[in-house]
Amino acid sequence: MLTKVTVPPWCATIAVITLYLLPLAQLAFQLASGDLGPDPAKRLMQGTGEWGLRGLAIVLLAAPLAQRGWRSLFRYRRVLGLSLFFYISLHLLLFAQVYVGWSGALLVEELKERPYVLVGFSAWLALLPLALTSTNRARRLLGPLWRQLHRLIYPATVLAWLHLFWLARSDLGEALVYGVVFAALLLWRLRRAQLRPR
Amino acid sequence: MKKRTYTDCSIASSDITPEQVFLNRRALIKASAGTMAGALSAPSIAAAEVRAQSTLSFSPDADRSLVDEQTPYDAVTTYNNFYEFGTDKSDPARHAHNMTTDPWTVKVGGLVNQPGSLHLEDLLSGFDLEERIYRFRCVEAWSMVVPWVGFPLAQLLKRLEPKAEGKFVEFKTLYRRGEMRGTRSFTSIIDWPYREGLRIDEALHPLTLLAVGLYGKTLPKQNGAPLRLVVPWKYGFKSIKSIVEINVTAKQPKTSWQMLQPSEYGFYANVNPEVDHPRWSQRFERKLPSSIFKPNRVPTLPFNGYAEQVAGLYQGMDLRKFY
Repeated sequence: MLTKVTVPPWCATIAVITLYLLPLAQLAFQLASGDLGPDPAKRLMQGTGEWGLRGLAIVLLAAPLAQRGWRSLFRYRRVLGLSLFFYISLHLLLFAQVYVGWSGALLVEELKERPYVLVGFSAWLALLPLALTSTNRARRLLGPLWRQLHRLIYPATVLAWLHLFWLARSDLGEALVYGVVFAALLLWRLRRAQLRPR
Repeated sequence: MKKRTYTDCSIASSDITPEQVFLNRRALIKASAGTMAGALSAPSIAAAEVRAQSTLSFSPDADRSLVDEQTPYDAVTTYNNFYEFGTDKSDPARHAHNMTTDPWTVKVGGLVNQPGSLHLEDLLSGFDLEERIYRFRCVEAWSMVVPWVGFPLAQLLKRLEPKAEGKFVEFKTLYRRGEMRGTRSFTSIIDWPYREGLRIDEALHPLTLLAVGLYGKTLPKQNGAPLRLVVPWKYGFKSIKSIVEINVTAKQPKTSWQMLQPSEYGFYANVNPEVDHPRWSQRFERKLPSSIFKPNRVPTLPFNGYAEQVAGLYQGMDLRKFY
């Protein structure tokens, strides 16, 4: 027999956020103790980027799991979504600080000339309105539009994956693994949309 | 010779050199983590590491050396691109110890009158070693300043007596799957062995060095032991590591990165802030060690600061086309 858990919901929410942000805390600690090596920016870029991608996969996994009756993850989509946006925003801030030195001209040049920067930035842009409309109030105000708007997570995922794929120089292993995971998660939705009566 | 290299704390301490000094160092870092670890650990790591390499005798070549702050030994030996051992910067320091570098022979041949096999000992005793402090600029837009020990490639080439039709020099890295985990990755698209090449006048240029050491000791394996090329005015990928073959050729040799992605990597690969790489702007570089609050971004110089010495080699060439 399962006993009803009586943890207040906000406690569980904080636990989920903490768990997902643990890798960031570890990076911050390593940064403070000088353990990230001679080029900490690179390690931080990798860490924040990877956890952003993993966050996307976790959030996209919530619906298929809920359909199989495991709704726990589904409940935390909002906080997970916001936290993954936090990772990706840090990723972008680091890029501005370390790679373009806050130079607008250099940023424009990067966007124009380097497709992986452009698609990465576009992924962040696509997620921005989702983060801004994540409150209950916004959801009420937007009504049925809200659901449509939040489908932006699908193109954002594809763009984020392209960003990773374009960064691979000689070993495609990582891009392949994420590709398979994202493809499975997106195909599941495609199939669900086809099965659903219109 | 058993040598293991410090990389980061994710390695079990049992996997690292059993030297007492090493354990003390780890305790020291742990105790001071978050406070002065950065400042304290660098010199002590260097001390432990240097002991594992043997000392070389050489004379400093002040004329061909930079007067610049040298990148700490620790950074030079833990932040490497040596894809034979993995694509992460810390992979070579972690896995290169698997490579056997003793005995070591270099096959020399092609269009020369004196082909043969050279043992490392002959190379080390046959040439006067010099120390050259050079800028090292990676195509990924980071850079270091490294005190190399070696001898000009020209001295070796002259002994081989290249024939008149020899216009290029080709180099190959050791390819030993059993000892190089990166070459066993089935998602890697590099066609091993790693190969590089130079035009013969570039190869004969007095700045072009065959390095056998750095910081006064023999090369650590992750830096391309026991013998590597250093061409300071070109992007780092031209400075091929752990060389087992040198051939003089008539035709321009195929080079690994160019074979992989010709639109991104050229044969010449001269450091050029004016010609961007599709992935990285080449106008600036992060001079390591860099930190997030002080990225240490400095403008990149044409020919990596060696224009005065080498620009003449490329007179009349369109360097946008021959990148």
